[in-house]
Amino acid sequence: MGELSYDVAHLLAGSLVLVSFMQLYQDRLYALLNIFALHALVLTLSVAWQAYVQEAPHLYVTAGIALVFKAIVIPVALHRIIVKLGIHREIETVVGVGPTMLLGMGLVALSMVVMLRVTTDADPLARQDLAFALSVVLLGLLVMVTRRNAVSQVVGFMSLENGLVLAATGAKGMPLVVEISVAFSILIAFIVIGIFLFRIRERFDSVDIQTLDRFRGERR
Amino acid sequence: MTLPFEPVTAVLAIPAIAAALLVVLPGYRLTSRLNVLATLLTFLAALSLIFGRPVPGPYLLVDDLNNVFIVLTTFVGFTTSVFSASYIAHELETGRLTPTFLRFYHAMYQVLMFAMNLALMANNIGVMWVAIELATLTTVLMVGIYRTHEALEAAWKYFILGSVGIALALFGTILVYMAALPVTGAGLDAMVWTVLVARAADFDPALLNVAFVFLLLGYGTKVGLAPLHAWLPDAHAEGPTPISAVLSGLLLNVALYALLRFKILLAVNPNAVAPGPLMVTMGLLSLVFASFMLYRRRDIKRMFAYSSIEHMGIITFAFGMGGPLANFAGLLHMTMHSLTKSAIFFAVGHIAQVKGTQRIADMGGLTETNPVLGWGLVLGVVAIAGLPPLGIFMSEFLIVTSTFAREPALAVILVFGILVGFGALFLRLNGIAFGEPRGPTAAAQASYVPMFVHLALVFGAGIYLPPPLVAWFQNVAKLLG
Repeated sequence: MGELSYDVAHLLAGSLVLVSFMQLYQDRLYALLNIFALHALVLTLSVAWQAYVQEAPHLYVTAGIALVFKAIVIPVALHRIIVKLGIHREIETVVGVGPTMLLGMGLVALSMVVMLRVTTDADPLARQDLAFALSVVLLGLLVMVTRRNAVSQVVGFMSLENGLVLAATGAKGMPLVVEISVAFSILIAFIVIGIFLFRIRERFDSVDIQTLDRFRGERR
Repeated sequence: MTLPFEPVTAVLAIPAIAAALLVVLPGYRLTSRLNVLATLLTFLAALSLIFGRPVPGPYLLVDDLNNVFIVLTTFVGFTTSVFSASYIAHELETGRLTPTFLRFYHAMYQVLMFAMNLALMANNIGVMWVAIELATLTTVLMVGIYRTHEALEAAWKYFILGSVGIALALFGTILVYMAALPVTGAGLDAMVWTVLVARAADFDPALLNVAFVFLLLGYGTKVGLAPLHAWLPDAHAEGPTPISAVLSGLLLNVALYALLRFKILLAVNPNAVAPGPLMVTMGLLSLVFASFMLYRRRDIKRMFAYSSIEHMGIITFAFGMGGPLANFAGLLHMTMHSLTKSAIFFAVGHIAQVKGTQRIADMGGLTETNPVLGWGLVLGVVAIAGLPPLGIFMSEFLIVTSTFAREPALAVILVFGILVGFGALFLRLNGIAFGEPRGPTAAAQASYVPMFVHLALVFGAGIYLPPPLVAWFQNVAKLLG
């Protein structure tokens, strides 16, 4: 049991990193959203497995939130927004795919080196989880900085947040995990469903952050 | 001493109830008064905390350290609500705000107060994180409330950078939990600050070090430390001025407070890296960077936003140096900066309303056309630049002298940064307050009381600090290590 549970958790956390990599080279918004839904699905499995292994039933709630909210509701809502705004064309990336992938590999290597070195005393399962979680967080950040489009930045932020949930569930018996995932969901719901995209649409006829940049402070 | 009510509950419940009421109540007069009343009651409840503190529980804690912050936060929250009432009346007249948004604005103001008080009183590092996230979210919404291009851009930028900041802070929080896990065992205890600080000596130092780096980057973003400050000038310049005052005077402090809690944690562990040098470096960097940035500002609110970065840099530097004297000075500087900067924003808010613009080039000769506002601004700038005998002079003097005694090289950079900022502020002030009147010169319908109350406090503190206050601050300084 011990060996198996470790292997499964390892496999799922590793897959999450892999899916994060897949986000890096998507050049269409629809595809990016589908990959994000997959990301959330893998997270759900991983959290559910942790709930089972740690015998922590409250983690099933977190898994449920990840499944319903992140894998279904948000992608569908964003899909609709994209259709409505008519921006299903190519994503404008700041950096090319090749350099982005290389950077991503560098970030994963960095997080492995940092986390594995400092957690020598910790439980091996938590150790691996933490290292993978940091990789997912950093890859999410990378998605955010390499995209100019508001929708893809939100996707980057959500995958970053998935990494945090992975870390929180990997930390054995951490209290408030459910509350924190709810807080994050509210945060995301706020932007995605609501105010920002609609307002940005309303005022700019664009969700391209570069358009926003034109109105920067000092020039007026 | 027993009180007829539970002050801790009151400090949290009053803003929460007021927020719920303000969502449903109509009318500007009623809601703005209710807003003022709620913040006043919260302030009184916070004051009563000095006399009767509850026993720390797993979620809430009141000690000498956060009591300073709570009283300061609720006080500035109260005076800002008074200022906000007259400021918002003008915004309604000019049609920049609609009644629906006004309702939203007042409710959000109370939610922000609730979130800040919760963050300050949290004894649980998870609750503290959630509260700071809530505070960020409410301010994002308020920064974007005018719905202009600039306001939305500022809100979006603030949102993205703030979210990344709090995400990193959460990762740091999880790492602290991981470090505590082998010592305290799984469960709630490993997130309760009082438990953590009692047992931190046995934590794995390597894990704590990495955790602190994440916390410093995460909460440091919210403090506005360079190079993570990019959101701050935009958010200050584009939101309603009462929010600029609250952001500068309070929210930056709350984030800094979170950092200080973790700094204490690291200081307890003998093998962990000393957090001081990291904070000193970021503090000095922010100070010098912001001082130079002050020169080329053309927008008045943006200029004072950079001045906030400068002062947060000085405060972070002081706490980074550590030791009883520097901590005392840092605490005093933080208090004085909150009072002075919000007073300046009160003046700036009305000035921008009179002139109909925030461009410095369109303002001039204010001391002639609007003497009360003009001289209020002059006094505020004199205070913030650190001229004697005002409060900031004293705290800066203490920081500089204590640094000279220990690290003369750092003190040189510190003084250099302060002087550069000083020059920039007076260069701009000269054009705004004196010389040929420029722009519209109508009289302002302003409430001057909050501004002058703050300035009087700063002036009074520069001349005489009451011994109980000094003893209190010294006690906190010892706590900070």
